[in-house]
Amino acid sequence: MKRFTCDEVVELVTVYMEGELDEPTGYRFEEHLGGCEGCERYLGQFRATVATLGDLRPDGLAGDTREGLLSAFRDWRRP
Amino acid sequence: MSQMSYQEETIVESFTGGRLPPDDVVVAALRAGDEAMFATLLDTWSRGMLWLARTHVSTNDSAEEIVQDTWLAVVRGIGGFEGRSSVKTWVYRILVNTAKKRGMRENRTVPWSSVFEQERPTVDRSRFQGVDDPLPGHWKELPAAWPTPEGEVLAAEVRGRIAAALAELPPRQRAVITLRDVEGCTSEEVCEILEISAANQRVLLHRARASVRGQLEDYFETARRSA
Repeated sequence: MKRFTCDEVVELVTVYMEGELDEPTGYRFEEHLGGCEGCERYLGQFRATVATLGDLRPDGLAGDTREGLLSAFRDWRRP
Repeated sequence: MSQMSYQEETIVESFTGGRLPPDDVVVAALRAGDEAMFATLLDTWSRGMLWLARTHVSTNDSAEEIVQDTWLAVVRGIGGFEGRSSVKTWVYRILVNTAKKRGMRENRTVPWSSVFEQERPTVDRSRFQGVDDPLPGHWKELPAAWPTPEGEVLAAEVRGRIAAALAELPPRQRAVITLRDVEGCTSEEVCEILEISAANQRVLLHRARASVRGQLEDYFETARRSA
């Protein structure tokens, strides 16, 4: 079977991480990774990027907006 | 039959969704006027909602108003919630519809589903060997190692750079990567919220992640040169 080249592997990283490659393709992907330091590094950096995105804490609602919403909830739900 | 060896664990465990009780408990509590539950939802989802709203309008103030209007609609609508989707998807759908209306009023319409995602490569072709080189399609030079264990969360100062990289993404990519990787939504949830196909979601997510990784690569490269 044709071996993957690096420029093909880098386009499959997200599908691979989603576990959505079919078995033979996943096998070829891992076979390439096993012998390619560059692609292994690329995958590691992709994972680090995703992990860091999950660690972001964007700003939340302004305090007075939050208070206003809680007060609206109280008024609305009050029997 | 054994597990496929390449199968990955879910990469990003939802850091927010995990704390919430099941939907039926959430809905019952809101209907009963449980303010603590409402506050929990506010604090859990509003950040992601603000980011998503911001892809439709031009200012943070407008985004904040969209999120506020969304929560008011949630309060008014929870009595009639029928459970045809998860609560989270329902809330985010209200947000997207509110944001679209608002975006149109601001004349900042984003051609949401009409944009054709080009099949261009996510890594510059010049990084790979050409047809006349010994190994066509393979790295010319390996990507430089990053100053952190691979797969680990990157240091705090890098996060500012990531936030900036997100802000520069095209709106659709930004919406998908925000929902998936920052908010921890599943791909199914993202498809429902944004009304896009699974294939489209995957393409947008991959492009977005590759862009952010590329920005980080530039950042580390610059840092190395000035060191």
